Amino acid sequence: MSEHNVEKDDISGVETTGHDWDGIKELNNPAPRWWLMVFYVCIAFAIGYWVIYPAWPTFSGDNERGGTKGTMGWTEYKQLKDSQAEILARRAQYLGRFEKASFSQIENDEGLRDFAVAGGKAAFKDNCATCHGTGGAGGNGYPNLNDDDWLWGGKIEDIYQTIRFGIRSGDDEARLSEMPTFGGMLTPKQISDVADFVLSKDNPTTPTAIEGKQVFADNCASCHGEKATGGREVGAPDLVDAIWLYGGTKADIMAQVTKPRHGVMPAWEHRLDRNTIRELAVYVHSLGGGEE
Amino acid sequence: MSDGAAPIQFFEKKERVYPKRVWGTYRKLKWVAMITLLGIYYLAPFIRWDRGPHAPDQAILIDMPARRAYFFFIEIWPQEVYYLTGILILAAVGLFFVTSLAGRVWCGYACPQTVWTDLFVWVERIVQGDRAKRLRLAKGPWTFEKLWKMAATHAIWIVIGLLTGGAWVFYFNDAPTLLDQIVHLDVPMSVLGWIIALTGSTYLMAGFAREQVCMYMCPYSRFQSAMFDKDTLIIGYDDVRGEPRGKHKKGETWEGRGDCVDCTACVQVCPTGIDIRNGLQMECIACGLCVDACNEIMDKVGRPRGLIRYDTTHNIEQRAKGLPPKPHILRPRTFWYTAIISVVGLAMLYGLTHRADFELHVLHDRNPLYVTLSDGHIRNGYDIKILNKTHSDQHYALSVEGLEGAKIRIEAAGEPKADNLPVFADSVGHYRLFLTAEKPGEGRVKVIFRLVEKKTGKVDEYSGLFMSGNQ
Repeated sequence: MSEHNVEKDDISGVETTGHDWDGIKELNNPAPRWWLMVFYVCIAFAIGYWVIYPAWPTFSGDNERGGTKGTMGWTEYKQLKDSQAEILARRAQYLGRFEKASFSQIENDEGLRDFAVAGGKAAFKDNCATCHGTGGAGGNGYPNLNDDDWLWGGKIEDIYQTIRFGIRSGDDEARLSEMPTFGGMLTPKQISDVADFVLSKDNPTTPTAIEGKQVFADNCASCHGEKATGGREVGAPDLVDAIWLYGGTKADIMAQVTKPRHGVMPAWEHRLDRNTIRELAVYVHSLGGGEE
Repeated sequence: MSDGAAPIQFFEKKERVYPKRVWGTYRKLKWVAMITLLGIYYLAPFIRWDRGPHAPDQAILIDMPARRAYFFFIEIWPQEVYYLTGILILAAVGLFFVTSLAGRVWCGYACPQTVWTDLFVWVERIVQGDRAKRLRLAKGPWTFEKLWKMAATHAIWIVIGLLTGGAWVFYFNDAPTLLDQIVHLDVPMSVLGWIIALTGSTYLMAGFAREQVCMYMCPYSRFQSAMFDKDTLIIGYDDVRGEPRGKHKKGETWEGRGDCVDCTACVQVCPTGIDIRNGLQMECIACGLCVDACNEIMDKVGRPRGLIRYDTTHNIEQRAKGLPPKPHILRPRTFWYTAIISVVGLAMLYGLTHRADFELHVLHDRNPLYVTLSDGHIRNGYDIKILNKTHSDQHYALSVEGLEGAKIRIEAAGEPKADNLPVFADSVGHYRLFLTAEKPGEGRVKVIFRLVEKKTGKVDEYSGLFMSGNQ
């Protein structure tokens, strides 16, 4: 820039930068020097950072993780490991007691119960929510774990047993039952009658329902009970309550009698450790329908 | 570059200010303000305030791990942090109010930057001598004298910085306990970090940055002109009386000239290094030291005091016209600032005096919204939280209104009863609540949760919903 082009502001006597934005010009006042110092300090900080922490990528190294290592040897993997170790250490102070405590002891110990419910809740979302839903509310074909209707029992030990070995899971200890396919054994009329009887809640008034009562007594009562209230030893659902696993319309009931569906729950013993299964049992039991 | 013109300076070297010692009304006021404010800052954490066995007995304490703040009789939970908003509003508007009346008195007397800078300049003067000596020392070569004087000054500054950072951490910890830890050099890392950071910032801000903070960092000095009007008290040089200025020898006439003898005393004492005779400037922190300096000179030359004085622009104009000064305190801006301060202050006072000893919060389960039971009844789940803000363990009775035949069940260890829920002193009780009732006609029913503190019979209510359908 030649000296002749230097333009000075009339009022302040300070030269301008020569830039013009819609008639607005900037005075070329110098910035304070400490401002420059801050800039140098930032550069020094950055260099220190490169030395201490991993900073620059390199062409070779551990697989895709090539880079300068930094003098501190810090990595995110190590940080993750540390924070996980911290969590495990915090769990350990409860886990020792939890391992030895019986379910009734856990139920009466605020600390242990809170620990089990919190752990169970997390494990439930990871493993159970796929079928039962994040809140355990289930859906068509997947039991709601919040209500008081239990196919295989709602005591905490029953729930533990079910989670551990599963239902029709193939495990030797699994809960196992199978409703016969009545499609070839009963006539369509008989199936319709028995559906009418089931819908009458053991109080048949229509002619078809009264006929259905006999069909029920001959074919169904051995598992579902004479009063159709179900049987837990074989996982037979209560048919007079307000809860239906596969739907409660006449068509739903006839479909289930003609060609029954059978849900399968895996045996979790092979996938989760004993403590996690016990935590899950306490959690599911706490959802509201747990039996004493 | 031609004709030997100075090259463009991209960065300006800071001209260090060496304020001269001065004595007078405002200097005295500054000492009093400094001693009072520093006294409060250093001693306040040691004031005790008995709150019973379950709470700390420190009058002013911000307890981060326990999430409580204490200020004498006031105790604040994280839910009540809006008090902080109120305090900030009061502080801001209070600052505006004072500024519109009396100018930048905050800057001149009470701002920590001013107080600590003043203290550091005092140290500088005690060790190195007054302005002339300091200037000579700074310009002179590195002799042994300069070396030890500089070293002593900086050492004392760092000690003051340490004390400053050291006092700060007392507001966040039990002061006597922490003092004992510091004495035994057994300080937690977090506390040590704060002490080091504040030592560094005090040393840097009061030792080096000084008036640069006011000029470049502080937003307040930049927008103060918005609070100023013609009736705002400012430090002004009376140019009607002072000009034309010039040197004056003893015995010479004062006819035909101004009272200003151009001694530059006002410039030499200024902590921000400006010449007040150039008029009101952004750098002026209204500390009044130039007033003291000028009065001293006026006494010596036998002219009336007040050539530089606290005055309003309005009064200066009045005097120029030969009219008496007219104080004008009630103005729209002072009225509005007072009104805002009163409203916010009263709202906070109401909040504090009506602060409940306990609170009930009810959160409806979102998944599942409701559960159908085998007998057709509907059950809803809730998370309830009971905030016991008293300093003793309490029992509460919970009941529900607005839902016919509703049954309450508390799901927790040991099956506590809803009419006798224990919550420890100064803590939050958390319970799971199940509400069961026959399916109501509507999909959602409004229910009132009523919590009674059993000892006093005081009641808190929470309005919630009972769901039985997706509506």
